[in-house]
Amino acid sequence: MVEGRGFLRPLLRLWLPLAFYVVFTLFPFYWMAVTSLKPNRELYNPRNMPLIVHHPTLKHYVDLLQETSFLQWTWNTMLVAVVSTVISLVFGVMLAYPLARMRFAGATLIAFTVAATYLVPQPLLFIPMADIINWLNLGDTLTSVMLTYPTLLVPFCAWLLMGYFKTVPRDLEDAARIDGATRIQTMVKVILPLCGPGLISAGIFAFTLAQNEFLYALIFLTDTSVRTVPVGAIAELIRGDVFYWGQLMAAALLGSVPVAVIYSFFVEHYVAGLTAGAVKG
Amino acid sequence: MASTSASLSSPAAAVAGRRRYREFFEREGIFSWLMVTPPLLFLAALVGYPFCYGIYLSLQERPVAQAGTFVGLDNFVTLAGDPVFWRVAANTMIYTVVATVLKAVGGLGLALVMNQVFPLKNLVRAALLLPFIVPTVLSTIAWMWILDPSFSVVNWTMINVFGADKPGPAWLGNPTLAMISVIIINTWRGLPFYAITLLAGLQTIPAELHEAATIDGASTWNRFRYITLPLLKPVIFIVTMFSVIFTFSDFQLIYVLTRGGPANATHLFATYAFDIAMLGGQFGLGAAVALAILPPLALILVALAIYMRRVG
Repeated sequence: MVEGRGFLRPLLRLWLPLAFYVVFTLFPFYWMAVTSLKPNRELYNPRNMPLIVHHPTLKHYVDLLQETSFLQWTWNTMLVAVVSTVISLVFGVMLAYPLARMRFAGATLIAFTVAATYLVPQPLLFIPMADIINWLNLGDTLTSVMLTYPTLLVPFCAWLLMGYFKTVPRDLEDAARIDGATRIQTMVKVILPLCGPGLISAGIFAFTLAQNEFLYALIFLTDTSVRTVPVGAIAELIRGDVFYWGQLMAAALLGSVPVAVIYSFFVEHYVAGLTAGAVKG
Repeated sequence: MASTSASLSSPAAAVAGRRRYREFFEREGIFSWLMVTPPLLFLAALVGYPFCYGIYLSLQERPVAQAGTFVGLDNFVTLAGDPVFWRVAANTMIYTVVATVLKAVGGLGLALVMNQVFPLKNLVRAALLLPFIVPTVLSTIAWMWILDPSFSVVNWTMINVFGADKPGPAWLGNPTLAMISVIIINTWRGLPFYAITLLAGLQTIPAELHEAATIDGASTWNRFRYITLPLLKPVIFIVTMFSVIFTFSDFQLIYVLTRGGPANATHLFATYAFDIAMLGGQFGLGAAVALAILPPLALILVALAIYMRRVG
């Protein structure tokens, strides 16, 4: 009886619920992979047992790379994500450092403004933004999204970095200042290197958000050559009522790989960024 | 500061001048404002200005690519008399409240499960976060195929494993089922965010509290109710606030999966505003729909704050 309890308790409290969550969470990814490897005759045959691949093929991947501009979309997505992440980190630091470290008139108001811009829902802005991008003649250029993505990322980066800047002991700054370093030198050479983990957290977070963005990309980018992966997949692999399911799943899987790989290298930083705001705040 | 008016050709004066110049920029107030001004201008231009311009647009009759005419509150009057708009408002409320509750309860459950010791814990945690980091559009495409009318794997399982009637439910074709489906998928995507954040919160609760309560004879439930939950409250509040804002203004999932259908059953504010402005070409009316997000969102957040203050 005692042994049975020792076996049953972890089963009920840990393994069964955990198994449920893991299956629920990961099944769609398994399904992407399985579907992308099935030949069409297997894909559209309801009599087959669908959970496994009977005759795996890479045809959908080959078609995706040859018949669509998938590689171009991937390149666009990466370029846009990297540029908007860099812009967001630079602006984030410029906001966060003074707010975390200096006393100056208006600091409280600025901190409040930054928090408020973070909470403005994107759907509130996309219609006016469409007009503005038109005026600037930026429609169908990657510049349009490189300019607008940071508006979604800067407030978050600033908020996260403020927390990290506050943890650096003031003595280090004072020592650098006494040695004759200017404020900007102190920031770049003393504080930023110590806040590496914070910069990585904010960077990874901004990068995944930029890869995820869809609404602005959908509105601003209508030409194949400038599309990002999500927009390209939705706009060009679904034609009217025709769904190219094999290619769609291949695109979904390949499109997720870069984010997943980068994320897997920096999981701890990502989790730190994710939880910093909520747990400390 | 002693002010001397020396000509710049004098080296001593040049050094003094440079020092004064440097001292000026080294002052906290000056340095800080020099730093924050560029990003603030950027945010003012691309968040503040569009926000105000959106309000201005909502007061106009503005067909796409044409000049607008000022119509006062006409757009809002039109919306008030539009049954689809009220349907959209109700949909958004249901979607937000149900999905948030599911995410909170499911996320707390997962956090409690994960708060035990087991092998490969970090790997499992990393894997469980995948729905949250993979681009939503791409994972939603997978869900669309999972719920496909003819080849749904869910229906295949129900028919072949559990003996349900053919052809099985049309997940995205029936208004109620479509709403249930999008809520489940939104929960799937947002639950890891809750779980991982609450897990981090759980790990800040000192073990001694639980030990002391156990010695005093508190049951598992009572320890959860009187120790875990109250200490987790601030974290739950913040996470829920973020979750509500992003669920309320959700666009991607609906746009990919149902485009608001069938018969407007899953239209949310964001997708409806998109339809009116981008597909219908009525920028003014679309901006008015988008603005309608603000009051109910504020209402939910206030209600949440009051509720959190009362509970626990």
